[in-house]
Amino acid sequence: MRHPPAVRFHETTLQDLPANPHRRRLLKLMAASTALAGTGCTQAPPEKIMPYVNMPEGMVPGDPVFYASTLLRNGFGIGVLVETESGRPIKIEGNTAHPASLGAADAQTQAAILTLWDPERSHTIMHRQEISTREAMLSMLIQRLDEESQTGGRGLRLLTGPVSSPTLLSQINAMLMRFPNAQWHMHDPADSDARAAAALQVFGVPARTLYHLEQAAVVLSVDADLFGPSADGVRNAHDFLAARRRNPRARMYALESSPNLCGSLADSRQAMSPGEMENMLEMMAAALSNGAAALSNGGASLKSSSWLNRLYRQLLRARGACVVAAGHSLSLRAHVLVWHINTMLGNLGKTVYALEQYAAQQPGKAPGSGSQTARPRRPASLPELTEAMRNDQVSTLVMVNVNPVYDAPGMLAFAPALEHVPCSIHTGLYYDETGRRATWHVPQTHELESWSDAYSHDGIASIVQPVIAPLYGAYSSHELMSVLASGQTASAHATTRATWQEFWQARGEAEFEQQWQAALSCGVIASHDKLHTLHPLQGAFDALKAESGAQPDARPPNPPGVMTPSAAKPSSATIGITAVLANDSNLVAGEFANNAWLQELPRPYSKITWDNAALISPASARQHALCNGDIVSLSTADDDTGILAPIWIMPGQANGVITLPLGYGRSHAGNTAQGHGFDVFALQGVNGGLALRTFSVTMRRTGQRHDFAVTQHELHTQGREPVRNVETRRDSAPSNSSRVSEPARARARSGENETPSLYPGHEYSSYAWGMTVDLDACIGCNACAIACQAENNIPVVGPEQVAMGREMHWIRIDLYREQSGNRTQFQPMACQHCENAPCEIVCPVGATMHDSEGLNIQVYNRCVGTRFCSNNCPYKVRHFNFFQFSRNDPSAAAHANPDVTVRQRGVMEKCTYCLQRISHARIQAQKAGRPIRDGDIVTACQATCPTNAIVFGDTNDPDSEVSRSKASPRNYAVLEELNTRPRTTYLARLDDPAARLEEDDD
Amino acid sequence: MAQLLERSQVLLIKLILLVPVGLVLLTIAGMVWRTTSPVEPGVAVPQPIPFSHKHHVGDDGIDCRYCHTSVETSASAGMPSTGICLSCHSQLFRDAPALGPLHESMRTGKPIQWNRVYDLPDFVFFNHSVHVKKGVACVTCHGRVDQMPILVRNESLDMQWCIGCHRDPTGKVVSPSHVTRMGTLPALSEDERRQLLHMLQLENTQRLTDCSTCHR
Amino acid sequence: MTERKTETADSPGTSVLSAGWTPGSVTDKISGIVLGRGGPWTRGWSEHWRWRTAILLTFSGVLVFLASSTWLFMRGVGLFGVNIPVAWGFALGNFVWWIGIGHAGTFISAILLLLRQRWRTSINRYAEAMTLFAAGIAGIFPILHLGRPWFAYWLMPYPNRMELWPQWRSPLVWDIFAISTYLLVSLLFWYVGLIPDLASLRDKARTRGKQLAYGLFALGWRGDAHHWHRYETAYLLLAGLATPLVVSVHTVVSLDFSIGNTPGYHSTIFPPYFVAGALFSGFAMVITLAIPLRHYFNLQGFITLRHLDLAAKVILACSLIVAYGYLSEIFTAYYSGDPYEIHMTEDRFTGIYAPVYWSYIFCNVLVPQALWWRGVRRKVSILLIVSLLINIGMWMERFLIVVQSLHQDYLPSSWGLFVPSFWDWIFLLCSIALFVWLFLMFIRYLPMISMAEMRGLVQETAEENAS
Repeated sequence: MRHPPAVRFHETTLQDLPANPHRRRLLKLMAASTALAGTGCTQAPPEKIMPYVNMPEGMVPGDPVFYASTLLRNGFGIGVLVETESGRPIKIEGNTAHPASLGAADAQTQAAILTLWDPERSHTIMHRQEISTREAMLSMLIQRLDEESQTGGRGLRLLTGPVSSPTLLSQINAMLMRFPNAQWHMHDPADSDARAAAALQVFGVPARTLYHLEQAAVVLSVDADLFGPSADGVRNAHDFLAARRRNPRARMYALESSPNLCGSLADSRQAMSPGEMENMLEMMAAALSNGAAALSNGGASLKSSSWLNRLYRQLLRARGACVVAAGHSLSLRAHVLVWHINTMLGNLGKTVYALEQYAAQQPGKAPGSGSQTARPRRPASLPELTEAMRNDQVSTLVMVNVNPVYDAPGMLAFAPALEHVPCSIHTGLYYDETGRRATWHVPQTHELESWSDAYSHDGIASIVQPVIAPLYGAYSSHELMSVLASGQTASAHATTRATWQEFWQARGEAEFEQQWQAALSCGVIASHDKLHTLHPLQGAFDALKAESGAQPDARPPNPPGVMTPSAAKPSSATIGITAVLANDSNLVAGEFANNAWLQELPRPYSKITWDNAALISPASARQHALCNGDIVSLSTADDDTGILAPIWIMPGQANGVITLPLGYGRSHAGNTAQGHGFDVFALQGVNGGLALRTFSVTMRRTGQRHDFAVTQHELHTQGREPVRNVETRRDSAPSNSSRVSEPARARARSGENETPSLYPGHEYSSYAWGMTVDLDACIGCNACAIACQAENNIPVVGPEQVAMGREMHWIRIDLYREQSGNRTQFQPMACQHCENAPCEIVCPVGATMHDSEGLNIQVYNRCVGTRFCSNNCPYKVRHFNFFQFSRNDPSAAAHANPDVTVRQRGVMEKCTYCLQRISHARIQAQKAGRPIRDGDIVTACQATCPTNAIVFGDTNDPDSEVSRSKASPRNYAVLEELNTRPRTTYLARLDDPAARLEEDDD
Repeated sequence: MAQLLERSQVLLIKLILLVPVGLVLLTIAGMVWRTTSPVEPGVAVPQPIPFSHKHHVGDDGIDCRYCHTSVETSASAGMPSTGICLSCHSQLFRDAPALGPLHESMRTGKPIQWNRVYDLPDFVFFNHSVHVKKGVACVTCHGRVDQMPILVRNESLDMQWCIGCHRDPTGKVVSPSHVTRMGTLPALSEDERRQLLHMLQLENTQRLTDCSTCHR
Repeated sequence: MTERKTETADSPGTSVLSAGWTPGSVTDKISGIVLGRGGPWTRGWSEHWRWRTAILLTFSGVLVFLASSTWLFMRGVGLFGVNIPVAWGFALGNFVWWIGIGHAGTFISAILLLLRQRWRTSINRYAEAMTLFAAGIAGIFPILHLGRPWFAYWLMPYPNRMELWPQWRSPLVWDIFAISTYLLVSLLFWYVGLIPDLASLRDKARTRGKQLAYGLFALGWRGDAHHWHRYETAYLLLAGLATPLVVSVHTVVSLDFSIGNTPGYHSTIFPPYFVAGALFSGFAMVITLAIPLRHYFNLQGFITLRHLDLAAKVILACSLIVAYGYLSEIFTAYYSGDPYEIHMTEDRFTGIYAPVYWSYIFCNVLVPQALWWRGVRRKVSILLIVSLLINIGMWMERFLIVVQSLHQDYLPSSWGLFVPSFWDWIFLLCSIALFVWLFLMFIRYLPMISMAEMRGLVQETAEENAS
């Protein structure tokens, strides 16, 4: 294994600020007084150099080393490359070889590095709130297991999250074989039980859905968050944009209860409640099975039937090449309907796959690739477990990396049930709600600290490789599981290797080593089998026809959109409304709650940070006289112990639907998560063993208020043109050759011709760096913002400062929205590196300068903080350290990028086009005596973008990718009338009039 | 009416009035002195092991790169690991008390804590490998280490000192083969220098003097 | 001998000096205030609690100012309400406001001197003091609002080991020079004017300490012909030197804004409009100070209604110019057709900061119109209210220019809001306290009216009368 890192402060600034606040204050006072004394420079403190005792192989001090590893998302693997600096992981990039990443990474993956180093992670084994030892825990466990084995493990229960790791699965199997009467339960708060149940009902086995969007011509998202923070989000985004760039251009239609990332890409979008969606699916299914007539006559009842008709025709035209994707908010019945529709449209096996889960699959072989041997018992559900616990049937409960006390549906009352369990063991990253309630808590290792393996969403296996020794002395879940499985401990490393040794049936150690090394170095385990989809059981869909029409459970109790009469008049206290539980775009279901980067990341649509909000539509808000920040109490019919939630009015939200993001209101997730937002799980109900995602609640005004920390207040373009649209030809030609509406073309041209200037222009003999951002490809997923934060040591400022307008993100994702709320456009906005930069002229000390390659550079150590540059920046992309924002405690220092200065308080900072990467590439090139090649420099935002919307390179080189994309007729500069001549230009969003479904279109 | 002060007193006062003037001058002098150099060169720094470059480089003629392994490949020149030292000292001077910390480090696995002699501010990003590649000889910054029993810092490392070379490398660079050579560098003729600059691709100094070359 | 040989002519009384004054009596009257014979600070608290409370309040204000500055340096400029987009807040507004107030003094003493305006005599001394203090306070704010104040000296060119110089295209660098020059010249002008009076005080002083204190600063002035000759020359020269500065300093300050490309900053009207605004607030402050002074120290004889009348006329004139400035801003915004300028203007009318806008229109444009009436100009109480309103109005104008222009500029996505923090208010109020305290100290220890010039005035009026 690697040496534990020597934590050194690479990156302290002018003064080496000590951790202890008193001394820091003292230093600042000294700074002030020295300033008065007329001399600002203080002696740098003496530094130590600590060389290795034995230099590890291939380690060059000062040069980063990349290791391929895998992060887990809902149990599935996401391949990553981890950049380590003298043994310390400092940055995560996507792994090009891995199907779930293809080189890109989403915000959560990027932010994982912060969780890894989080000093608030659990450090010690706890036994009833007391610090305990590993020995004590093991002896206790072994003794318990002996007792359990008498009854064949009747009282032994295992609760895990979703699992794809073959090692873990085989360990679970072994355990279940050792204790025949034991039970394995699975709980995934981020998933929808309705979805799982539907798959089980249709295919007879637990299955998950896999989309092949790159082959789709029409995608219909029924409240599906295709590009959200899930195991396949990045891949879906990449694939769909691939399809969009194709000719003919792929189309996206979105039905949404609340705006999500599909909506902004959609050629046409409709806001409607899950109930209405179900009706639509109902009609569509009917139409498909017995002719389009059903649509027209059934459609009368539906407000946008004409819209539905057009959509229906689009789908028919794209038989076999379309996708209907169902979201978590839908009912069981709706999910089944979606499977039915996809089957009837012939998408199954083409664009939509159903893959079996928890098959004893052979690594290297894709799941569902036939030849299932010895299928393991399927996991039972959480409600069943709770039931058993309540009836004192559970004597030993092992909870591996789950937190049910927080994220079990409130109606289950899991926490009280846990009191009935004499011995409960919890492993997790944090000493969280469950850890505190369980009799034993075992700190668990982060993926980057221990060995394991995982399957990607589409069944490609990869090894989870540690890049650093466990920072806080945690244990891998495999170690614990091996005790359950075999009775003795085994290291995760050994177990994982054993799994693959067995599966590869390698001839001899040497061959295995070779395969093993190959797997580690490229980060995936090659597999050549084709994927096979499951097929619906005979008559799986007959049930639908039988009970078509009203169905009590699946349909939300009160027809959405229609208010109960009492609610009609705002004066009345209580309001009936449909609640939809949604995964939070940042914290998903709460596992990232203590990650400050994700906490401070603005939500794509609401731009809210550090909080979750109850989203309602403007119409509903008006109807009930609610405004942003009003706190309402929400309660369900069966229990009126409600929750308090502040309202946020969200244009584009379905009327009569209140969307409640999960993951907040944590009571024991660390100081970062403490006291932010409200816990929605408390409200979640269970129906027929399925945790509900959509149910009706009663809403009461409380009169209290809550202030949100929001980063963007104005969402309308005010008649200005920061974002521009361009229409494709009717025959929807590929974007670049598309005929561009004249004004846009004119604008694009005007950028080129020189305007007279008093100052002499700049000469660029060598390189001239530039960037383009394709607005047609930007899905607003925020990945670039976090990538930038990780790469450039951007500090977190906290909600109060964000509310004051002092957030530090170098790249912000602007959102512009039409009044209707149906059309939105994201625009990543970072320093534009203007040719005539207004900031440069006004800086009195020359701290911001123009360099010989056209970069607008910011020299932190020269900045005195007049902030004139920010005032003069039309794009307002400069950010100021109003206080000492950057942390310098050991953990923060350890994962800071040593190639980037950590900024002191009082200095201005902004996007540098990843100057450190440019310098690195330049030095490499100069050492090799060659020019920098196109593609040598990849900025952090560009590298992580799932849709390759960002292109960076040398505009002096006519063949570079960026020059080519700047040549596109869609290319335009924001605010070019100011003659700032930005280096960063944008490619106008493409509009496909043929793809629209609105009335005006006919 | 009577004079307020006698002549002597007036003189005294005039003298006293000179004091603030003197103070002002002193302050200016002080500032100038203070801002010329953060650290005066030529100061020896005590080290856990009294390592003598004079002995190793001068007498034994060990090449710089034997210990500073990454000087040609990485930003940092690299400090020799305990292992590298022991590659010789497992045999030579094994029992020399001075080498105690060395064996101690190998036994405990704890690194030797050398005190930094050449300490650049943290907002300066210096890269050894490219300087070596571009023919900046070791002696240019580090001086005649082969004559230093105890390493002393040879240059002030002021910005103006760095920029001196960056503005005009002519005559300050040597052919890459001479980089690690100690002793006075061979004198070059004018066109030899020009050829050298061309070979090292150093004609365009505009890039070299950008802020962004050293500050990020 | 300090006083010029004069056959003791006494003033027949003019519009700028009431009758019956002799050079001697003038000197006694004014020096008396300082040297304590009849000064307000000689008798007990019951007599002069007003004076003492004033000192008490203002001085505690000064202490708070120092304390909060220290805290500011320790914690960082984030104490203010500033943010992105509104990176400049109260600090810059106060800066411009104080500089403006620091205008009238030099205008009165220098320009009116050159124009041979006799009525300046009895108000120029304290007006200059006012200038000095205001400009000094103004100079503090740009430093307070720096992110790293301990590097403020980097804005000045000086040899350093980075071989770096200021960035000369930045108006902030011009500011440094403009303000420091202005301060220096004002100080010299003020001090040179003081020398003869200091000598008089030295001679009138009873205690050795006072004699020494004033004597040292009198630089051995004996008031013989040579002295007077050189004094007059120096004074005139300085006046000539100060005159252009009156215009230049606020022009440069205005460039801080008009160089910027922000709608609301980027305007060619700024230099004249700022200078006019400066005189406007300056004269308002002169009146604000004059009225209590003459009332409290019974100087009605020296600072006559005619003085106030004339000052009020100047104010009226400035008010009209400023009004023109406001109009032209609106006109250019719409005439240019620039959507950003137009939006900015409409935001002024109806936006969140509109109340500030309309109230300063009221204070700076409507209220001064009252001064068309002679009755108003000579009604002390009304005049005081008007001048106070104008001071407030001008501060609001500065605030609006600095903040409102920034809060909604080019990209709607970056629009924000500035809400003054507790510290913003503290620094504003304490700077006022500091100003008043300095002024009180000044009238306590220095003659607030130039005795030498008053004697000259008496002389002149007498001669005119004789002839």
